[in-house]
Amino acid sequence: MMTDSTMPAQAPAAAPSETQAQLFPFVLQLADTSLILAHRLSEWCGHGPILEQDLAMANIALDFLGEARSYYQYAAELEGKGRTEDDLAYLRSAVEYRNPLLVEQPNGDFAVTIVRQFIYDCFHYHLLLQLKSGPDAQLAAIAEKSVKEAAYHIKWSSEWVIRLGDGTEESRRRVEKAIGNLWRYSGELTTPSATEQALQAAGLVPDYAAIQQQMAAHIARVFEEATLAVPEGVFMQKGGKDGRHTEHLGYLLAELQYMQRTYPGLEW
Amino acid sequence: MVEQLAPPTEEHIWQLLEGVSDPEVPVLSIIDLGIVRAVRVEGEEVHVTITPTYSGCPAMNVIATEIRLLLLAEGIHKLHIHNQLSPAWTTDWMSQAGRQKLEDYGIAPPVDGTATGHMLNLFGKDTAVRCPLCKSDNTHMVSQFSSTACKAHYQCDDCLEPFDYFKCHA
Repeated sequence: MMTDSTMPAQAPAAAPSETQAQLFPFVLQLADTSLILAHRLSEWCGHGPILEQDLAMANIALDFLGEARSYYQYAAELEGKGRTEDDLAYLRSAVEYRNPLLVEQPNGDFAVTIVRQFIYDCFHYHLLLQLKSGPDAQLAAIAEKSVKEAAYHIKWSSEWVIRLGDGTEESRRRVEKAIGNLWRYSGELTTPSATEQALQAAGLVPDYAAIQQQMAAHIARVFEEATLAVPEGVFMQKGGKDGRHTEHLGYLLAELQYMQRTYPGLEW
Repeated sequence: MVEQLAPPTEEHIWQLLEGVSDPEVPVLSIIDLGIVRAVRVEGEEVHVTITPTYSGCPAMNVIATEIRLLLLAEGIHKLHIHNQLSPAWTTDWMSQAGRQKLEDYGIAPPVDGTATGHMLNLFGKDTAVRCPLCKSDNTHMVSQFSSTACKAHYQCDDCLEPFDYFKCHA
C-alpha cells in the first residue's frame, strides 16, 4: 500500500451524497475483512506445504489486498475527513477494526487455513454477486472486479475441503478438528450488526438471508462430496463487526502496523 | 528561443503508449493487454484511463509511472491518469498481436470462453491448452495459481516442460 502519488483515488472526485456517506462503516468493514484475511494468508508465504499451494495462497492474499485497497480508498472518500487509505489501514487500533472474528483466527495447520478460507469464500463470493448488482455504483464496480477473482478462490478452497475430507485418515482428522474449532465463527458473517441492519432497511446493503441460504447449499454439497458432516446446533460467536475481537487481532495488527507506528509517515 | 510544440493528438498518444510494456510480461505492451481504456486530449491536458487486470496487480503502479515518464519525455506535463474499475478487465480485450507475442515468448495465450465458469464446477476438466514450446495439446494444469495473478501453471505431457498459461478471465 503506502502513499502513491502516481495513482489517483479510484472513484470520481465528486463529493459523496448523504445516502452514500452512510455506507462508510460498511465499506470500512469490508476493507478490514479483506485486509486481515490477506495478512493471514500472506503469513503462509514461504511456508506452504508445497510450492504450488504456497503460490496459491500468496496469489489469493494479493487479490484480497487489492480488494481491500479499493474499499479503503472509497471509505476514505466517503468519510471525507482527510484520512487516506493508509491512515485507515495502519493507524486504527484493534477495537476500531470491524472485521468478523473468522478472518482473524490464526492459520493453524493447512486444514485450519483451508476451512477458514472455505467458509469465508462461500460468503464472499455470494456477497459480491449481490453487491455487483446493488444500488451503489462504486461498490458495484469493486464487486464486479473482485467476483471474478473470488470465483477462483471458492473453487480452490472447495476442492481442498474435498481432498482433505475424503483423503487420508490424517487429513480427515485434521479437517474435522478445524471445522469443529472454526464453525462457531461462521454465523457472524450473515448475522447483521446494528449498523448493517440500518443499511439493509435503507436498501443499501444486501439482505443476508438469501446469502445464507446460498452459502448453506454450497457447503452442504461440498461437505457431502468430502464425506464430512455439517455441524449442527453450534453456538455462534460474534462481536468482531462491533469491534469486540478475539485476542488474536491485536497481535496481528502489531505486526501489520509496526512500520507506520514506529516511523509515522514512512514511504518507500 | 523556445520551440512551440504542437498540441498532442489522441492518435499520437495511443502510438506512444505502445511503448509502455507490462513489467511482469515485458513482451506485451499495455495496448496489447487492453489496459488502456481511453485517451482524451483537451488543449494541453491529456487524460489517460487505465483499468487493472486483477485487483491486487502490483504492476499497475509501475505502469502508471511509466506512462507518466514516457509522456513527460514527449513534453506532456499536464497528464491525468484515471483508474477505472468498471467495466472489469477481461482477456477478451487482449489483441491478436498480443496473443501471438505471448506464445512466442513461451506463455500460452488465453483460450477464449474458458473462464472459471460456475464455481460449482469442482474438479472439472482442465482447459485444453497448447504447449507454447512444442505445440502439443497433451498438457495438464498443475495449479490455477502461478507466477502472477493472471496466470495458471501448466505442464506439457509430451516435452515435459512446465509453462505459464495466461488465464481466460471474462
